[in-house]
Amino acid sequence: MALKTIPLWTLYGLRGGKVSTRWPHGPHDGQDGYMGMPRFDPDRCREGCRRCADACLPGAIQVSDVTDATERVTVDYGRCVVCQMCVEACPTGAFAPSNDWAFGVRRREDLLWDRAEASAEGAAVKDGIRRIFGRSLHVRHVDAGSCNGCESELQALNNPFYNLHRLGIFFTPSPRFADLLLVTGPVTYAMHGPLQEAYRSLPEPRFVMAMGTCAVSGGTNGGGYACGNGLEGVLPVHVLVPGCPPNPAAMIHALLMLLERMPQRVHGGRIQDGASA
Amino acid sequence: MTEEASTSVGLHPGASRTPLEDVTVSELEERCRAALQGGARMQFVYAWFPHGPHDPEVRYIVHPASAPAPRIWRCRPGLAPLPSLAPIAPLLSWYEREMTDLCGLRFEGQPQPDPLVLLPGASLPRAPLLPGSAAPVHYAPAPHNLPVVAGAAPQDVQLLPFGPIRADVLESAEFLFLYIGEAILHYQPQLFFKHRGMEKRFEGQNPDLAVVLAERVSGIGSVAHAIAFCHAIESAARCEVPRRAMWLRVLLAELERIYNHLHYLGHLCNTTTLKVADAEGKYLEELAKQINCRATGSRLLRSLIAPGGLRREPQLDQIAAPLGRLRAEFESYAELLESSTSHLDRLITTGILGRRLAFDQGATGPIERASGVDRDSRRDQPYEAYAEMPLRVALEQGGDAHARQQVRIAEIANSIEIVTHILDGLPAGASRIDCHAEPGTEGLGWSESPRGTLYYAAHLDEKGALARVKIKSPSFSNWRVFPYTVHDSNMMDYAINEASFGLSIAGCDR
Repeated sequence: MALKTIPLWTLYGLRGGKVSTRWPHGPHDGQDGYMGMPRFDPDRCREGCRRCADACLPGAIQVSDVTDATERVTVDYGRCVVCQMCVEACPTGAFAPSNDWAFGVRRREDLLWDRAEASAEGAAVKDGIRRIFGRSLHVRHVDAGSCNGCESELQALNNPFYNLHRLGIFFTPSPRFADLLLVTGPVTYAMHGPLQEAYRSLPEPRFVMAMGTCAVSGGTNGGGYACGNGLEGVLPVHVLVPGCPPNPAAMIHALLMLLERMPQRVHGGRIQDGASA
Repeated sequence: MTEEASTSVGLHPGASRTPLEDVTVSELEERCRAALQGGARMQFVYAWFPHGPHDPEVRYIVHPASAPAPRIWRCRPGLAPLPSLAPIAPLLSWYEREMTDLCGLRFEGQPQPDPLVLLPGASLPRAPLLPGSAAPVHYAPAPHNLPVVAGAAPQDVQLLPFGPIRADVLESAEFLFLYIGEAILHYQPQLFFKHRGMEKRFEGQNPDLAVVLAERVSGIGSVAHAIAFCHAIESAARCEVPRRAMWLRVLLAELERIYNHLHYLGHLCNTTTLKVADAEGKYLEELAKQINCRATGSRLLRSLIAPGGLRREPQLDQIAAPLGRLRAEFESYAELLESSTSHLDRLITTGILGRRLAFDQGATGPIERASGVDRDSRRDQPYEAYAEMPLRVALEQGGDAHARQQVRIAEIANSIEIVTHILDGLPAGASRIDCHAEPGTEGLGWSESPRGTLYYAAHLDEKGALARVKIKSPSFSNWRVFPYTVHDSNMMDYAINEASFGLSIAGCDR
């Protein structure tokens, strides 16, 4: 047996059959049971209560002295690390668990909870990327100081279940072959320079995606003596994907959204049409 | 600070405490020599400033050869320099250099007095862990401090700087190779591009919330970090978590080990170009993560562990059936891996780490166990419910990439067994109690992460917030050891060797 293992591996692979999901063109996104961004319902809020804000380590929830609940509590999903502490702290269910994870957006404002309906403007912002690249995309990833959680999920994109290649999206070693710079982490002092150098090496037109809450806003890990607060003010960002980490399906959604192959789901801090994907 | 808090440190489980042994600056070297002669290992060292910026307290955590609890020395050098213990206990070198960078301490006789955590060209107006420091790093990148090449034809020696942005989806670090043809003369990893100042971020936080930070130090070790942090808090609070919570924490820790080890097996096959086995390893990892997701709502098993127990119960009925299928697939996968000659040819004798070197330089986890060092904190310093588990510590003597694969395979099998044992015999009852540490107390916690032994030391201030948290991550230890297996090896084996070590950079850099 030991002498003929390569044909055995071939048989092994064939016996396993096809295991890739067809999602988003079919069911099974692989995220059964996933706890996503908590949903916020200000109508359930109790006056004078600030337990959610006190339980929110990254400061995604802020409570002021205004009496009107809608204005009193501000929620920034760009800072949310999905830790569910607010859900546990809230005595009235104003913060409720959900499986909402398709949180990729084109504009930072769409991550702020807002009672107003989806802005047509937000939905209309597009970069004409599909005209330029067709349906395919080459991605250069840069770790700007992540906890390795985002990398673990990015690496999962190339496993046989998600099989990112089936969608025409590839990771490339050189930024010179890349269309998209995909950045994780809050941008440490040491990665600031290499990150900008990588960006300058991308041929135009070039796009940037902030992957994970750290890259969007700094999250729990940003700031301090060694870190920035994500990509804001560092690079122009075309798609922001909060999550800690975003799951692989949320990453695929954001990549396809950039390519205008899937619609943006979140406007005003909410998934507008109910379902999670 | 109460009298008791200043003379002893809480240790898990529950009420057990270890006395603080005061050691003077002049006694340090002698005490260190005596401890090593008795078979002890210096575990880690850190400093904090409970008496103001001019009066640091340095803590040496020493693990005796056969004792379930570490010993803690306390040394207060004032403004005087400390003697470097690195010439006696080499693994302490990195801790001393880190204390110089972050706490402003000086060490006399330090054999390698260069900055460690701060990159060449980085400077701070004041050491960041001194009380009241807030200024950010100033950084003007400077060249690396490389050894001078001498000999007959130094012009033949080439320098390859690789990183910090590397091919594929990888963590950031820069590796410098000095080589001739295929032969590596010298290898120097420049880590700490990802230094985020995580220990400083804990300062002033409420311990109940700070577990969210602990879960985000090393994402693929979220459970191990949460457990070690909570131990430290629970030890300071002298509270014993309910038995059910202890069992469930073991369940989460072993689920974490399963997906991590499966990843490293797949990644190792990637470096030996065994393509189907690469894909299969990553696929099994995905199945493990999907089990995690269905059972806990988090693929990385986050948001469950907190001081006092568990924040919520996992969905236990979601584990047994898919884990049974995973086990069957894993068994045939492991059997085929262990009989693939093209793969084994690349692993056997690659990256050999000898037993003595592994022990002296502080290798931990699967790395030391693959080099014949029989240590595992789950058995040696039992915590949670490990004393009640069917734990088998995997041990190999080869010290090469193959031995490290064998240890991981054995550990996956044992982890599945432990999870099954827990699902069959989980005690009933509550899974959380109130647990609040008094102001001025301190505790030490640990856990055996998939990469090795992880420690948290936590000190509370007079208001009950965190005053200092020290994280001793396993990858900090294993990165120190790794270069010894690269010098005098060859370029073709490098990727295989690195994959076999399974190192995390986020945990090391913090």
